[in-house]
Amino acid sequence: MSKLGKYTRRTFMVGAAAIAGGVAFGVYRAKTPFENPLGRDLPIGSATFNPWVLVDATAVTLVLPHADLGQGVHSLQAALIAEELDIEIDQVQTTFGAPDKAYYNGGISGEMVPFMPTDDSRTAEFARSFAGGAIKAFMPMMMTGGSSTVPDSYLKLRQAGAMARETLKAAASAQTGVPVSNITTKNGAVHLPDGEIIPYTALAKRAAELDPVQDVSLRPSSQWRLLGKPMKRTDIVAKSTGTQEYGIDVKAKDMVYATVRVNPAKGSGANSFDDTTAKSMRGVLRVLKIKNGAAVVADNTWRAIQAVNAIEFDWKPSTYPAEQADHWAAVEASFVEDKLNGTPRDVGAVDQAQGTEVIAEYRSPYVAHAPLEPLSATILVKEDRVDIWTGHQIQLAVEEKIAAITGHDVSNVHLHNMFIGGSFGHRLEFLNIEQAAEIGNAMRGTPVKLTYSREEDFAQDFPRHITMGRGRGRVDQGRVVALDLELAAPSVMASQMGRMGINMPMPDAMLHSGAWENPYHNLENLRIRSYKADALAPVSSWRSVGAAPNGFAFDSLLDELIHAAGADPLEERIRLMGHDTSVKVLEAVGEMSNWGAPLGPNKGRGVAFVLSFGVPVAEVVEVTNTSKGIKIDKVWVACDVGQVLDPVNFENLVQGGVVYGLGHAINSEITYSGGHADQRNFWDAEGMRIAQCPEIFVKGLENASKIRGIGEPPVPPAAPALANAIFAATGQRIREMPFNKFIDFV
Amino acid sequence: MDITVNNQVHSIDVEGDMPLLWVLRDELGLTGTKYGCGVAACGACTVHVDGVAVRSCQTPVSDVQGAKITTIEGLGTPDALHAVQQAWVDLQVAQCGYCQSGQIMQATELLTNNAAPSDQEIDDWMNGNLCRCGTYPRIRAAVKAASTLMKDA
Repeated sequence: MSKLGKYTRRTFMVGAAAIAGGVAFGVYRAKTPFENPLGRDLPIGSATFNPWVLVDATAVTLVLPHADLGQGVHSLQAALIAEELDIEIDQVQTTFGAPDKAYYNGGISGEMVPFMPTDDSRTAEFARSFAGGAIKAFMPMMMTGGSSTVPDSYLKLRQAGAMARETLKAAASAQTGVPVSNITTKNGAVHLPDGEIIPYTALAKRAAELDPVQDVSLRPSSQWRLLGKPMKRTDIVAKSTGTQEYGIDVKAKDMVYATVRVNPAKGSGANSFDDTTAKSMRGVLRVLKIKNGAAVVADNTWRAIQAVNAIEFDWKPSTYPAEQADHWAAVEASFVEDKLNGTPRDVGAVDQAQGTEVIAEYRSPYVAHAPLEPLSATILVKEDRVDIWTGHQIQLAVEEKIAAITGHDVSNVHLHNMFIGGSFGHRLEFLNIEQAAEIGNAMRGTPVKLTYSREEDFAQDFPRHITMGRGRGRVDQGRVVALDLELAAPSVMASQMGRMGINMPMPDAMLHSGAWENPYHNLENLRIRSYKADALAPVSSWRSVGAAPNGFAFDSLLDELIHAAGADPLEERIRLMGHDTSVKVLEAVGEMSNWGAPLGPNKGRGVAFVLSFGVPVAEVVEVTNTSKGIKIDKVWVACDVGQVLDPVNFENLVQGGVVYGLGHAINSEITYSGGHADQRNFWDAEGMRIAQCPEIFVKGLENASKIRGIGEPPVPPAAPALANAIFAATGQRIREMPFNKFIDFV
Repeated sequence: MDITVNNQVHSIDVEGDMPLLWVLRDELGLTGTKYGCGVAACGACTVHVDGVAVRSCQTPVSDVQGAKITTIEGLGTPDALHAVQQAWVDLQVAQCGYCQSGQIMQATELLTNNAAPSDQEIDDWMNGNLCRCGTYPRIRAAVKAASTLMKDA
């Protein structure tokens, strides 16, 4: 099925007998609480130096644990290892590897401390390193999210490559008697002074007898061959020829096809259902009662969908407010002291500030993730083991969820992670996993592929949380002198973690992320407060999580204040900014867009700045107010992730983030009627299409002190930059998404 | 009934109203053609029927008996890329890649009928194909690059 499948089968075939031929990992173990999973059941003649590199007589295999949702991290992880391993990307095999704690994500811990991401002080750094150690010790989570792949992998995977290289050199030295210092490496082989070239694969057996070399130094970026230069993604040919296998494409012998229908009032059950018609339909093998609804198993996905549509359900009502207006009312009622989630910024004395007051209120709706690959999973439950093929961002939790349903020991549940056809946070959830486990358990011995219809995917999505922002501020003598923003929303982390069985009573940083971190240190009176509304409909992380709604409220409010002050939107942001790297980002976007140059008739420009996931991003949007509505002409983006590792993929991701941010701002929301989402397919929540897509110019600066990920940060500034541009072009201030409720778009 | 896909005749035993998409994916195992929406709103399932780009999710299989159907697998292969696929590789278009089979099939018909489309013509022609990752700037560039490749071929 996948390369992973091949590897797994091989290791299982060889079994425990091979352990004698494996490598001792004494030094590695001393440095980490985790055993190298590749060392278990290692075939004789194979060598593994760390959890990421495996060499045998036929191939060099890189194990790349982060899930690939389209952001290209499979390729990037390979490049990080290959850079130090001195091997070309087309000389290696790659696999996602089996889920293991050794692959815990060390890139997310830095965001869990109460210091601004721009704070490089020793105290802040100590807190981050302490949090990192605590996470590794107590909650090692293998997960992909939070734009953390690069921060997690940047050092770790280059070290993995260097360790493997040095161990292979040591093996060559042991084999030939040539001192290591006279041995070089290139193109997947060691080179000896006499011109002899020994491929790594030929050294596997000897390397397996050595302790991996631990003491390695990394090359400076000036010596990089691959990183920092345009790279060809490892998946690009497959994704251009229809040969990339996604979870939805898995094939197995004698496989059957399933789909589900559960209560659109998410989490509520069915009183009853009538499946008489469904059962008699062609190709239907089984109708199964599952949690909160039914599954149809058939010999073809379309027949399963037709049959599930023929089931008559009597649904229970929703446990959350049935009507959208009541959701907003609940959020609106949350701006009270006992629901205070936090006051992460309180500088100066906002309440005593003098000057002309500006008051405004902002709203961001529920929004569906709606990646183009609908939820799916293929599962085979047998008496002694479970195999599941699907794409997921929290791999170990998938195995635990399944074990809890099928009754297998979790060590006998095996996730084969697959390339994902887009996620945006959708694949952090477990509903399809749990349903696949229920269905597979009822169909033991038969592989079943579960595919959601698009309508079911919309209906069961846990969307982005709704958010209200109440802002006020003051301007005096042409300057912004006070900004006071209160944000209220249901807790996305409590909802999401609750479904993983984790209670989250503590404050939710997502309720003010994207607002409090903006380093406007020269704004003398600044306060950010957030309030936690009671739980409403279930919600989940949506690309950039709280930063999109909070950044929209923050930057829109700032823009209104700047206009009220009569100042220039870019110049005033630069004046207020007290952080060099962010100032440079703003200056760069000004230069790129030739800010201040005269525009044609009916045109307007807006600038916005949001720092999220540690990345300062400034965007300028230019629009034309046409007779048919707003046309988005151009967008300029400047951002700083410290180091751009692949400029082509970087540009693609930034452009995609802008499209995602703009498209949803224009036309997408999820609303509830009778407890059910009103939107069921792409014509209800369309996002951006190509004809609406502006030209997008991207510049990645490299001044920041830390390397960061770029998956999410381009999203939050897009909506406020567009709203600010519309205001500049039309005088109309839009304070609520989606904007097409208030103005037409071409 | 018999259908001809990528120059191969397949005998299938299905309802006439089964959409071509599900015949391709579940009956013939040609999974390069993707299910995205089922209602012709996303274009992920685009294939060629007698050279015309159609949404296979809304094409009953009975309508294409006797027609020549081409899927992404029949356009080119990793070892023998079609010019449009070559352009998609050169421009590094894909992110998640799930929509790109449909994008490529849609673009190929455009370039077959219009060797040098304008920006407006590209936007108009490709507007039915959603890309949730937002690769549109690269799709535009790749269509132009493919136009050049096809001219030079």
